[in-house]
Amino acid sequence: MDFNVVISYIPTYVDAFLLTVKIGWIGIAFSLVIGILSAFIMHFKIPVLSQIVAVYIELFRNTPLLVQLFFIYFGLPKIGIVISAGTCGAVGLGLLGGSYMAEVFRSGLEGVSISQTESSLALGFSKTQMFIYVILPQAFSKSVPGIVANVIFLLKETSVFSAISLMDLMFRAKDLIGLYYNTTEALFLLVIFYVIMLLPVSFLGSVIEKKVVSING
Amino acid sequence: MGFEVLLKGSNMLRLLEGLSTALNISLISVAISLVLGIILGILMAMHNRVVLFFSKIYLEIVRIMPQMVLLFIVYFGSTKVIGINLSAETASIIVFSFWGAAEMSDLVRGALKSIPTIQYESSAALSLSSFMTYRYIIMPQVVRMLIPLSINLITRMIKTTSLVMMIGIVEVLKVGQQIIEANRTASPNAAFWVFLVIFLLYFAACWPISLLSRFLEKKWKV
Repeated sequence: MDFNVVISYIPTYVDAFLLTVKIGWIGIAFSLVIGILSAFIMHFKIPVLSQIVAVYIELFRNTPLLVQLFFIYFGLPKIGIVISAGTCGAVGLGLLGGSYMAEVFRSGLEGVSISQTESSLALGFSKTQMFIYVILPQAFSKSVPGIVANVIFLLKETSVFSAISLMDLMFRAKDLIGLYYNTTEALFLLVIFYVIMLLPVSFLGSVIEKKVVSING
Repeated sequence: MGFEVLLKGSNMLRLLEGLSTALNISLISVAISLVLGIILGILMAMHNRVVLFFSKIYLEIVRIMPQMVLLFIVYFGSTKVIGINLSAETASIIVFSFWGAAEMSDLVRGALKSIPTIQYESSAALSLSSFMTYRYIIMPQVVRMLIPLSINLITRMIKTTSLVMMIGIVEVLKVGQQIIEANRTASPNAAFWVFLVIFLLYFAACWPISLLSRFLEKKWKV
């Protein structure tokens, strides 16, 4: 491996890294919002909406992100919905992640034991108070391991963005391999930058998980 | 409209063939992952320090490296570094098995660990031999826990196989692109329908398996 080549590639990779991280985290933010909303809709069994959400969750949990992105990026413009590659990446990741997060939050909400509801009603909480002060905090702490796992999963999924010609890390690596045949150097940097992106998240995730497990008991 | 492209010639059949290419790769990888994963999971549950150390590194690599990156490393890197020219199919089976075995081993380890010590102690108190303990007490519970989870792994494997088009395997997405390209002038709007159909094909392949996994999980819930 030629380290001069590696060093000369670093700036390109930093650009790509920042783009990947940016779109990745915007997508994750979307997925949390979609996930929480969907979980609430499912939990309160809001008519019509809850059926729509159920279909959405099944559709997006059972198809690969790559196929979803192809449909959104290449398919939708044909019926007049044109979106940029960046938006498409964030939206696609958000929709995919939303369906996974929804399941996590939903099982978190279901995981709060019935005695908690009964006790808070016995203590004279209103339905809203009970939900905000008793159910939600416990449901959230039960959801944390699932959220962490999904965040890591979604950050890894960003690696398919190159398919819709976003200049992400994979795109750069493939480009450099094709142009200069410096395969080893290009792959080395690819791995390094994914480690930089994911190792802190993975580490922080396990710390938070441990903390939450001790709270949940 | 563009929908007619799918009915032209053998286009729909070609899409299905593409899907079966992807499914083949995923089924072979699942089979390898199950075998390797079970062996590794049992080894990990034995509390050998050396095994634990290496398996921890292995699991962490799989946990943080996108399959796409692994695919590139094996497919492009193997030729460059060790001079072996792997076919794209072999490379993807290696990568998906590497990934699946890690997932499976973690499931097996988790399932084995979830059996409380008291069950082993009670079996010993009832003077069951260790073979009988595993055969009649531990295994039935572990297997019931593992079957839904491993079925779930199959759907995840199928979804992951969509990545193989990025290293040049002609699977369903690639066939879709070819169909769209070939009909660019006649049906410029084909992309919408072709990708919608591919989306639904993947859904049709994964959804029943997901349902089965969920059904078994509920049925066997302890």
